[in-house]
Amino acid sequence: MAERPGQLRRIGGGISQLLEKICGFSRRCVFRVLSMGPLPNHLAFIMDGNRRYAKKRGLEDGSGHKAGFSALMSMLQYCYELGIKYVTIYAFSIDNFRRKPEEVESLMDLMLEKINSLLEKESIVHQYGIRVYFIGNLALLNDQVRAAAEKVMNATAKNSRVVLLVCIAYNSTDEIVQAVKKSCIEASGNYKHGDTESGIEGMDMEKQEKRIQLVEIEENMQMSVAPDPDILIRSSGETRLSNFLLWQTGNSQLCSPAALWPEIGLRHLVWAILNFQRNYSYLEKRKKQL
Amino acid sequence: MSFPIVLTFLALILVFFLVPGLFISRRLRVSFSLTNIVRFIKIATSKYDDEEERNEKGSTMGEKVKRERHKMPKHVAVILDGNRHWAEKRGLGTSDGHEAGAKRLIENAKDCFAMGTNTISLFAFSTENWERPEDEVNCLMALFETNFKSEMPYFQREKIKISVIGNRSKISESLLSLIGEVEEATKSYEGKHIIIAIDYSGRFDILQACKSLAKKAKDGLIEVEDINEKAMEKELMTKCSEFPNPDLLIRTSGEQRISNFFLWQSAYSELYFPNVLWPDFGEAEYLEALTWYQQRQRRFGRRV
Repeated sequence: MAERPGQLRRIGGGISQLLEKICGFSRRCVFRVLSMGPLPNHLAFIMDGNRRYAKKRGLEDGSGHKAGFSALMSMLQYCYELGIKYVTIYAFSIDNFRRKPEEVESLMDLMLEKINSLLEKESIVHQYGIRVYFIGNLALLNDQVRAAAEKVMNATAKNSRVVLLVCIAYNSTDEIVQAVKKSCIEASGNYKHGDTESGIEGMDMEKQEKRIQLVEIEENMQMSVAPDPDILIRSSGETRLSNFLLWQTGNSQLCSPAALWPEIGLRHLVWAILNFQRNYSYLEKRKKQL
Repeated sequence: MSFPIVLTFLALILVFFLVPGLFISRRLRVSFSLTNIVRFIKIATSKYDDEEERNEKGSTMGEKVKRERHKMPKHVAVILDGNRHWAEKRGLGTSDGHEAGAKRLIENAKDCFAMGTNTISLFAFSTENWERPEDEVNCLMALFETNFKSEMPYFQREKIKISVIGNRSKISESLLSLIGEVEEATKSYEGKHIIIAIDYSGRFDILQACKSLAKKAKDGLIEVEDINEKAMEKELMTKCSEFPNPDLLIRTSGEQRISNFFLWQSAYSELYFPNVLWPDFGEAEYLEALTWYQQRQRRFGRRV
């Protein structure tokens, strides 16, 4: 009699393993079909809706973000399985520092825990050979999170298969201002150099002014390590950029599925990619014209 | 059994395996119970109910929008997309499409101001549009000239300030002098402002702001450490406006892209992508956009 529950549990476990295998197989079939068409090179995600999800389910405040993290891991797995090389996520904005201090602190603690977990052997980083970048004004973070982020960046610097860019303490306008500042400093450094080098100051200064080209601002941006995103997906149905990748998404496809971030699934990713493939030939024609 | 029947059977089996794979994700194990299927059907059909209700409430929408006047967008930006598609659908030439678009533009501007918007920005011609066929580009430039001339009395009567932003180096002399005339004649008006972007590119805007800041730093007018977001805003081409950042950005024809329009300025704008083509975007569609805008919860990164 006591054997029955144990037997039932084993049978249940066996069935769920079988279901997972079938799901994995059908997912790989779907990906095979998708890769017949053009695939995006770079996907960006705005992970919106964690707090609303927790409220909807009547959970406590912090668990929305935890559910959001496991949704993120699944999405990363799907993206890398499909063969998308660059994935960028909007983890924490500079505007978010203006939230309640308790919420900011709990978010920082969660991020510290998850960043440290990326270094573990079973983590997704080692499974897919991910190189991780942390993009943003890292000086605004507390010392522990910054140190952990730098540790992860150094530890994964040799990986080259796929890239994950985590935007933390990030604002696109802040990124542009930092790039502009850098370009100005470089330009004025050139001016000073020009002065001491030769006496023909006027000509040198003219040349230096012309040198602040688009290329320089782009090179000085932190996001220059990756190409421009092809698709930007923002969950929870809001259609706003919220100061994320403004410079880089000028020609990106914007998608706003209505699902909250912890509810996002494979079908939203597949739908976004199908839409991208629909517009691809037209966009390629326009890019060639440029 | 004959071959087509076997094929159909195999296809059905494949679909039976593949479709659940899309819906069963790792975390949410939704079991195939009756209650879940009923729930799924209810959610799928509720979308159609909303649309029917909206059509019935058509006339009362305008009144509802007017009641919420305090939630009006101060600055509305529009990407005028779909003129060529509109012309193709009707078997007309591209120039007819653009003419219809221009007519629609003037009508919509009147509606916008009537609803309480202060500034309207229009993406009339982008830097990338120079690559279009030469006769289309010439037709567009001619359209700009004709409409500036014909609508001048209207702008002066209604006291609308006109500004043209963009890179002026490639525009013809006649159009440039016309633009100068219109801007000079309307520069003292306040309260209503139309910003027309001709040969504009968001990246070029940011680049020219950077160059002018670099020059100021070199001339000693500002310190490099003082370069911040406010300093950038004062150098961008939208500095001519009291409200440089659009609250609502509309792109018609269903394409969901910003296409290098206001990159910096649309950081917190609500983006609205109706499927209607620009020459068909009338008062009813604009009212829909406003109702949609008024329902948005704008948090700017904080909690409400």
